Parts: sequence; C-alpha cells; structure tokens
Amino acid sequence: MAQSAVASAERVTARETYNEDVVRLFVLATMFWGVAAFTVGVFIALQLAYPELNLGFAETTFGRLRPLHTSGAIFGFGGNALFATSLHVVQRTCRARLFGGDETALFLFLGYQAFLVMAGLGYVFGITQSREYAEPEWYVDLWLAIVWVAYLVVYVGTIMKRREPHIYVANWFFLAFIVTIAMLHIVNNLAVPVSIFGTKSYSLFSGVQDAITQWWYGHNAVGFFLTAGFLGMMYYYIPKRAERPVYSYRLSIIHFWALIFLYIWAGPHHLHYTSLPDWTQTLGMVFSVMLWMPSWGGMINGIMTLSGAWDKLRTDPVLRFLVVSVAFYGMSTFEGPVMSIKPVNALSHYTDWTIGHVHSGALGWVAFVSFGAVYFLVPHLWKRERLYSLKLVSYHFWIATVGIVLYITSMWISGIMQGLMWRSYDRLGFLQYSFVETVEAMHPFYVIRALGGIFFLTGALIMVYNLVRTMRGEVREETPVLAGRAAARPAE
Amino acid sequence: MPTKVEKDSLTGQETTGHEWDGIKELNTPLPKWWLYVFYASIIFSVIYMVLYPAIPSLSGYTEGLLGWDRRAELREEIQEANAAQAQFVDRIKASEPRQIAEDNELLNFAMAGGQAAFADNCAPCHGQGGAGRPGGYPTLADDAWIWGGTMEAVHHTIAYGVRNEHEQSRQSMMPAFGNILDRQQVEQVATYVYSLSNDVTDQAAVQAGQEIFQQNCVACHGANAQGNNQLGAPNLSDAIWLYGGEKADIVAQIAKPKHGNMPAWSTRLDPETVKMLAVYVHSLGGGQ
Repeated sequence: MAQSAVASAERVTARETYNEDVVRLFVLATMFWGVAAFTVGVFIALQLAYPELNLGFAETTFGRLRPLHTSGAIFGFGGNALFATSLHVVQRTCRARLFGGDETALFLFLGYQAFLVMAGLGYVFGITQSREYAEPEWYVDLWLAIVWVAYLVVYVGTIMKRREPHIYVANWFFLAFIVTIAMLHIVNNLAVPVSIFGTKSYSLFSGVQDAITQWWYGHNAVGFFLTAGFLGMMYYYIPKRAERPVYSYRLSIIHFWALIFLYIWAGPHHLHYTSLPDWTQTLGMVFSVMLWMPSWGGMINGIMTLSGAWDKLRTDPVLRFLVVSVAFYGMSTFEGPVMSIKPVNALSHYTDWTIGHVHSGALGWVAFVSFGAVYFLVPHLWKRERLYSLKLVSYHFWIATVGIVLYITSMWISGIMQGLMWRSYDRLGFLQYSFVETVEAMHPFYVIRALGGIFFLTGALIMVYNLVRTMRGEVREETPVLAGRAAARPAE
Repeated sequence: MPTKVEKDSLTGQETTGHEWDGIKELNTPLPKWWLYVFYASIIFSVIYMVLYPAIPSLSGYTEGLLGWDRRAELREEIQEANAAQAQFVDRIKASEPRQIAEDNELLNFAMAGGQAAFADNCAPCHGQGGAGRPGGYPTLADDAWIWGGTMEAVHHTIAYGVRNEHEQSRQSMMPAFGNILDRQQVEQVATYVYSLSNDVTDQAAVQAGQEIFQQNCVACHGANAQGNNQLGAPNLSDAIWLYGGEKADIVAQIAKPKHGNMPAWSTRLDPETVKMLAVYVHSLGGGQ
C-alpha cells in the first residue's frame, strides 16, 4: 500500500484499511432522518394550509413541530450525510484509517444520534431556546460540543497521519465546516442555566446584539454546514462518479478562500430594516453580493468536471442527481445575493419567498447531492455489484424534481404576492389589504407547496426501498436506463 | 509519491500531477468571465460602502457620501404620508362622527380609513365586514345592538370598550342566577326565554318561567324581554344569541353567565381613527 495504489488491490483490502462500519451506520441514519424530516415537513406544510391539523395538543402544534422539521432536515438528514461522507472521503483521500480508533468513531455515531434525539424530544415537549436552528437547550448544546470536538480531533488526526503528500480539496471544505461550526455553535449558545437540574437557560446576549449573534450563527449554519460541508461532498463524489478529473485546481483554491472569508460576514442581511445599525446592514449586504462568484466557483467546478463525460447524464441517474444539485446550488446562490440587496429585501423579507429560497437550497442542493452520494456509497459500502435498480433512481430523480419545482414556484408567487399586498396603499393613503386577507390569498399556494413536499417525500421512500434491496444484495432485472438510445449515439 | 503531470486527452488541459483515490485535478485557468464578474462585485461593494454608512470605528462609523440615514428616511416618508392625508384628517379632528357621515367627501375618506383599521384591529373577533363569530363576538352588520346603535353610542363603545379598566368603559354584569334560583326555576325561565323565539309545547313551564322572569329579569331585560341598551342588556326575543340559542346554552348563560370584554380602543388608536371606525361600523347595516 505504500506505493501508488492499484484500485482493485485496494478494494480487496479496504475493509482492513478503512473504518467503513461507521460510514455504514451514518448512511443508515441519513436514510432514517431524511424520511423523518421530510414527513414532518409535509405535515407542517399541511398544517399551514389546513390549521385543524394542529390537532389541539400543544405537542402537535406547528410551533413545536417546525423546529423538529428544520433540525431533522439540517442536523438529522444533512448532518448524518456529512458525517458519512466526510469520514468516508477523509479515509480514502488520505489513505489512512480514522484517527482515534474504532471506539471513537462509534462514539461519534452514538453521540450524534443522542444529540438529535434529545433535541427533538425537547422541541415536542416545549423545551427550547427559541434560537433559529439552535433551539436545543444548554445541556444538549454541551453534549453536542463534546461530540463535535471529538469529530474535529478524529478528522484532523486522520489528515495528520495521511499517506498522501497533499490534502485533497474536499477535505479543506469538510475541515472548514467542522471548525467553523464548532465556533458558531459555542458562541451562539453561550447561556446561563437557571439551575443545574433545570432545562431553562438565558442567553448571554440581549437586544440587537443577541439578534446579530443569532444571524451570524444562522447564516453561517447555511454557509458552513449546508454549503461548505456539501461542497466537500460534491468535490469527491462528482469526479468519482463521472470518472473525470476536477475541472480546475486553481478555481478550487480561489473560490474556497473567497467563500470562507466572505461568508462569515453576510449574516446581517437577515436583519435589514431592523434596529441593527445602518453600517452593519451595509456590510451584510455587500459581503453577500461579493459572495456570488465565490459560490459559483463551486458550481463551475462541479458542472465542468463533466466536460467530456456529458453523455453519462443520459445513462446514469446517480450522476444526474449530483449534477442537478450543483445547478440548484448555482441558482440559489444567485438568488441569495439578489435577496440581500436592500430594496429587494424590503419586498422579500418576512415573506414566503424566503421559504422558497431556503428550500431550493435545501431540497435542490443539499438533499440532491446527498442522494447522489448515498446512491454511490451503498453498493460500495455493502460490497454490492450495483444498485438494486437504476430505473428506481431515475423515478426518484424526476418525482423529486417535480416536487421541488412545485415547492419553489408556489413560494415565489405566494411570497411576492404577499410582499406586494403588504405594501399596497389605496389612493387615500390607507392600507389596501389587512393581514388576514394576505393570509387567505396564500392558501392555494400552501396547498401546492404541500403537494410538492409529498412528491419529494415519495421520492425519498423510493430511494429507501431501493437502497434496502441493494443492501440485501438483490439486483432487479431491467434494461439499462435509455440503453437503446445511448447505444445508438456515439458519445460526443 | 507525486505522480507526473499528464495531459487530459478530452480537454487538452494538463493535470496538476496530484492524485487521491483515483481523482486527479486539471490545472484549468480561472474562467475570465468569472474573474471579471467577481472583480465587478468587489468594485460595486467598495463604491456602495463609500456612499452609504459602512465602516465602524471605536466612536462611530463612516456615514457615507450620500449622508443617507434609514431613520431619517422613514421619518420623511411618514411625514409625506401624513401631509397627503392632512386635509381630511384635520377636518375629521374638528368634526363629530355624525357630521363626518353627513359630508360626502369626509364620509368617503372615513369609510376607507375605517375599513382598513377595522380589518386589522376588529376583524380578528368580529369577523371581516363585522359578520360576528360564535362565542360572544356580536355581529356588527345587523340592527341588533347591545350598547346602542346610534353613531354616538357606537363611538363610545369603540373608544372605551366593554368591561375593561377604563373609567368610561361600558360596564354591566349579569348575576349568576344559579346561586339565586333553584335548578327547576332556572330550567323554567330558560324555557320561557327559549319560547320567545321558538315553538314550545310545555306551556306550564313557559308560564312558570314567565313569572320568574317578571320577578328577576325585567329590571334589565325589560317587561317584553326587548333588552335595554343603557344597561347593555341584550334583547332576548329576536333569535340573535351571543352564546348560542339552544335551550342548554340559555340555561348555562342564566346559571353562570359568560361576560365578554372589549378593549378601550382610544388607548390604542388615535382619536381620528376611532371616529372613522365608528362611521364605518355604523354604516355596516344597522346604524340608527
């Protein structure tokens, strides 16, 4: 193994060399939390359209289930996908087994699932800090801090003992994600518990300082958890699946550092036209505008890695998931800077447009790249020749894509309509619409959004079915996707 | 173990010579358009930061060449909006609600303002258009009034509310007759009240109930149960009910009455808006 590795030889010894047990566990957790989070998402979308579904219990109201959905999607589904892929990629690209031994790796898995369960139970029973994407109370935060530091140690340790001269770009992004999330998590959650035996705590910050701390955290949860981490995923699984070299090494360096430097300042754009000082709002806006190209650097590197292999998109729905995820990433990282411009934000802020924007990123980018990675990983980790069915992957792709389109277009229309109704005056200078009239106008779009969610959930259930059959070593008898046409045409 | 630089046959680009788990990297230069748009976004940002408040220091921040200030801008916008309405608002200030309703121009303005204020402040309880809601939120679009349907009475009710802490608030409190009458008597008087707007076969109970009503209820609700606006005692004979018109609802309301509250809107809205609300509510259908 000391010499440049021959792929087949490595495959044989992979079990001894790499800790793939923990990756398998995280893949299973990704599937579980994905379906759970999407299901809760569909339910709360229906609650918004049909409020009777709050069911009259405190535990089942929208206010308690919504954080269950957001945390389930971000930390349950996204977090487990990041653990799975980062621990897989770091071993492969460093040619080193995880630092800290198998026990530490198992601790990461169990510790992280314990965090998720404690957080979720807390929400349902009304234990919350009410901080966006950081709702868990102090005792859960402390536990996550321990797990996260262990994650950092395992990750850095593995990189330190690598048997490659250079650190692969995916690992830069994963490392930036782990380090920055540690910092964000600890600072945002600085709080004083009321009692050592109680669940309640009070934040160290108050007023507008508290608001900016929360959105410094909140926006960088997007920037480092949902972007940097998933870019790390993209940088391994796209070239791997396309069997093509990464498009541009130089672009990866420049857009990495630009992204890391610029993202951390962009949080104030969540607080335009609030009591946050004007100068802070300006900084939040201009740093968001400057982020546009660094974000697109990742998109270019992802999509252009396919140059010379575009024909594979016709035959490989897994690669299609990966590439379309990058296209959605490009779309939402253009939309984001546009929405951060103050006059645009004056219309979009507090409306459903924001929800649509978040979901074009969450469903289109984060979930699609994770689906692609998981479809790649399962046959590989369970030592199967191929997936149970590529046709089912293709169905999943189209059903989920229709779901996303329904979701984001309905929220665009609803959000812009809502913003325009709020600011509309009659000729005598009185508000044209009351708040409740704007809510009534949104109803049909809430129904369409819920429908989009049902499509997306259906796709995920097809994926779980396909993956379980794959794990059991079954192979579906089917003609390859578009076999006829692909054979008829030469690759370009 | 650096591998050597190769040329990629499909794109003609050279690789960097690194390889990880089979992944290589091309050394493609930065796309020119990408670089220029990135520069342009930086130049835009620098110019924006020169023009607008941007860089903090220990004692303040750079205010920007435009001298723009969000709070000042908001103040200006509010002043402009107020100035545009001033010709009407000043006249409303000087008029009684009934005078507003008699002046077509003012009525037009007050109806628009009243409708906007109603939709945001009153509709949550009284429903859009004053349709009312079950459970103690009276309909405002009919001619049944608890506290009077004249312009002055409606204005007073809106301005000072019902059963709140304001000293001019409407006050009334029906006693809990469950503590005064026995079970059978409550049942009988409820049957009587029910019979005023429904067909009842048990005439004996109606008779007995009417007697009890004469002794206990007429002081407020009047001899024919027509109600009394001065005391906020509702008409009991018009088949319009605050808390439900079934026999059981009436029994409950006699034995242990529910009493609704309404805020004193003069403590939340300006006097002109309260006047416009009175004009609007008065116009909904039952103004006297």
